[in-house]
Amino acid sequence: MEYEISLATTMAISVLFALSLNMITGFCGQISLGHAAFLGVGAYTSGILAKAGVPFLLTLPLAMLLAGALGVIVGFASLRVRADFLAITTMGVGFLFVGIVRQQDVLGAEMGISAIPDTDMSKLAFMLFAVAMAAATAVLSAYVRRCWMGRVFAAIAEDEDTVRVMGIDVPSFKLTAFALGTALAGLAGGLYAQHLKFIAPDSFGFIESITVLSMVVVGGIGSVIGVTVSAAVLSVLPSWFQVIGDYKLLVYGGLLFLMMRFSPGGMAALVTRVFHPDRWGAK
Amino acid sequence: MSALLSVGAVTVLFDGVTALSDVSFDVNQGELLGLIGPNGAGKTTLLRVITGVVRQTSGTVLLDGRSLDGLPTHLRIRRGLALSQQIVTPFCGMSVIDNVALAAGAKKTASPVKALFHTRRERELKIGGELLARLGIESQANESPEIQPMGILKRLELARSLALVLRLLLLDEPLAGLNSKEARLLADTITEINRGGTTIVLIEHNLGEVLRVCHRLVVLDNGEKIAEGEPETVMNDATVRAAYLGTGAAAQAGERHAAA
Repeated sequence: MEYEISLATTMAISVLFALSLNMITGFCGQISLGHAAFLGVGAYTSGILAKAGVPFLLTLPLAMLLAGALGVIVGFASLRVRADFLAITTMGVGFLFVGIVRQQDVLGAEMGISAIPDTDMSKLAFMLFAVAMAAATAVLSAYVRRCWMGRVFAAIAEDEDTVRVMGIDVPSFKLTAFALGTALAGLAGGLYAQHLKFIAPDSFGFIESITVLSMVVVGGIGSVIGVTVSAAVLSVLPSWFQVIGDYKLLVYGGLLFLMMRFSPGGMAALVTRVFHPDRWGAK
Repeated sequence: MSALLSVGAVTVLFDGVTALSDVSFDVNQGELLGLIGPNGAGKTTLLRVITGVVRQTSGTVLLDGRSLDGLPTHLRIRRGLALSQQIVTPFCGMSVIDNVALAAGAKKTASPVKALFHTRRERELKIGGELLARLGIESQANESPEIQPMGILKRLELARSLALVLRLLLLDEPLAGLNSKEARLLADTITEINRGGTTIVLIEHNLGEVLRVCHRLVVLDNGEKIAEGEPETVMNDATVRAAYLGTGAAAQAGERHAAA
């Protein structure tokens, strides 16, 4: 039972993390190859504060705040560079995070941070809490998609210059997407640190960023249900099949390639194509 | 008639190349003004200066007597400008009517916070439906723009502009890419929109339609204003003929016109 609870917690955190990237990349069309850095910011913030004696639940909003604030700063880059250049820039941000953390003794340098203190919650309660957070994020995502912000995001993803000549303040909306997405990644990071009790710089590197991107792409860029399902499945695959754990980057990179090549809309588009062949533009 | 838009001594230099040189003209309230000139004359650059996509090196642009200088594009649009672009840019991920409804939701998209707390859009869909009907493309309302022919897309582009809070409509070659019948119909629609009280600046190469519908013309050549006034007077101007046809060819133009 212990193992299943742990697995469910991992799933919930992955779903939350993937949905956070979906907010930026899926909804607003801003590619990020360094999203794991924000997971790291949240994890380090929560872990260090918890060790300093701050109650776990209080560390979460602070983790979100710091990750979101740094996210807005990176978001400013998205106002200047686009598409492939943004991919390179965010990739650089990811490397920058790992590079900086490795050199800081306060952050545990290469050794990372271990022995993060327990919460009052039992393992089961913590798992339920993580699931509740993931579910809340899914509900928020579905709401954002339905409201006017989601409509503007979708338009920006398609053609931001045209959105601008429609009188819409594109920079504010892009920064909002980054703030929301990176704050949620910070929340996922806080849960991650508490779940594993140990964090090190390498947990938030390029591989992690690619993993979460492949979860979003495989699920279907922008589709809340698709991303939820794919993150849940892909996050437990390495635990079920040892071979996937050994070749993680190969498997996720391969999935990313196959999806982009054969179904850029992800599983969500495949499902739509099979069940509603007459529907156009379904994401 | 009072000036709705006032372009004052606008000069634009791109890396030392003069794109516009000291161009001034007014657009009067209720007018349908044609902005014409050969390719590369600076018409589109001028439109971009008005919408704030390009910043002028010197000069000023006033809307309703208030300066637009330094304002970002989206705020100029919110002051009442609307741009219908030369190359149509529909959002293909949404239906035809959703494209128009998005433009009609200006109040709800004024800021991310407002946009986050509004979900309903009955009002915007209603406006969208009315505009599509007005432009005669209501039967395509729920289809994807991806599969529409150019004639429909040009009208969609126009509908989306009309959905904005509109004081001055800037049309950049709306008739380009249409056959003569489609062009004539769309020019009629533009005239109707103008009669409904919307002031319009029309950039267009289709001189036949321009002369038919415009009240007044401003002619640019090589970044300079070379003529302004009543369409017939302007087209009989020797400088204008020379600009369009090259010196010497101006005389033959009459014959060719007669032959056609």
